Amino acid sequence: MKKRNPFIKGALHGIPIGLGYLSVSFGFGILAVKSGLSVLEATLISLFNLTSAGQAAGVGVMVAGGTLAEMALVQLTINIRYALMALSLSQKLDQRFTLPKRMLAAYGITDEIFGVCAAQEELLVPSYMYGMILIATFGWVLGTFLGAFAGALLPAAITAALGILLYGMFIAIIIPPAKKDKSILMVIVLAAALSVACKYLIHVLSSGFAVIICAVAASVAAALLFPRKEAETE
Amino acid sequence: MSTAVYILVMAGVTYLIRVIPFGFFKKKIKSQFMRSFLYYIPYAVLSAMTIPEIFYSTGNIVTSAVGTVVALVLAYFGCPLIVVALAASLAAYITGLF
Repeated sequence: MKKRNPFIKGALHGIPIGLGYLSVSFGFGILAVKSGLSVLEATLISLFNLTSAGQAAGVGVMVAGGTLAEMALVQLTINIRYALMALSLSQKLDQRFTLPKRMLAAYGITDEIFGVCAAQEELLVPSYMYGMILIATFGWVLGTFLGAFAGALLPAAITAALGILLYGMFIAIIIPPAKKDKSILMVIVLAAALSVACKYLIHVLSSGFAVIICAVAASVAAALLFPRKEAETE
Repeated sequence: MSTAVYILVMAGVTYLIRVIPFGFFKKKIKSQFMRSFLYYIPYAVLSAMTIPEIFYSTGNIVTSAVGTVVALVLAYFGCPLIVVALAASLAAYITGLF
């Protein structure tokens, strides 16, 4: 690797992430406006949260008129994986990462940014992460704005078809690891089965809480049945 | 409830989840149960969020189902996230034309 300005290097590494975000967040923008939010609200949600599943679920809670406790719990459950990623990254930070810089860069820990940062051989410096986060966030926020704004201008057939975009991405995230690891496959099948049961059998649960309960139940079952060895959870 | 308050709670919780371990936490989680649980939770969440909602995502159960199958097949063959997502949408759109 040539010596390059780490900010530029991070920004370059962030381009594919930003492009991917652009199209996926377009779907979020459409979903948010369809759910009754304004273009500004949709765009601000993306700017403040920078997370796909959490935002989609959050909009679900808003639409259902859920409580703030429910909102907090939904975000905690869905985004708790970032805590693990943040923990893992915190082990490979350059000493230039002072507390204020850590607090700034923490904003941008997403699945994809974590993936690219974790794959770096050298220690992470602040400007490298800033460059990547800047490009990725730009794609995420711009895509949301365009989806929220232009979603209304697009023919109904196209916006309807784009409604599946985020779910398609979720499938693309969970299927490849499930192929390699039977215990992940079991978790996915169990969570899906519980979710279907909640939807059609137990109507009292709001969708946000249903997701939490199904996910926690499936994960507890899997943690008891298929405990991970130390190295596998790195 | 005002939308701004929802957004504030959402953003606050999400940021705290990221910043507490990244900024302050130095130790490792030792409990095998907790590590296993945290390892599985993202997959369980995404699965529970997707099923059965994906079948209602386009407003038409047939086009949604076709998009879902396309997503599953492409994801199985390891296509990039964005390819899977766009192909599912395209499949739903094309099915909707008939």
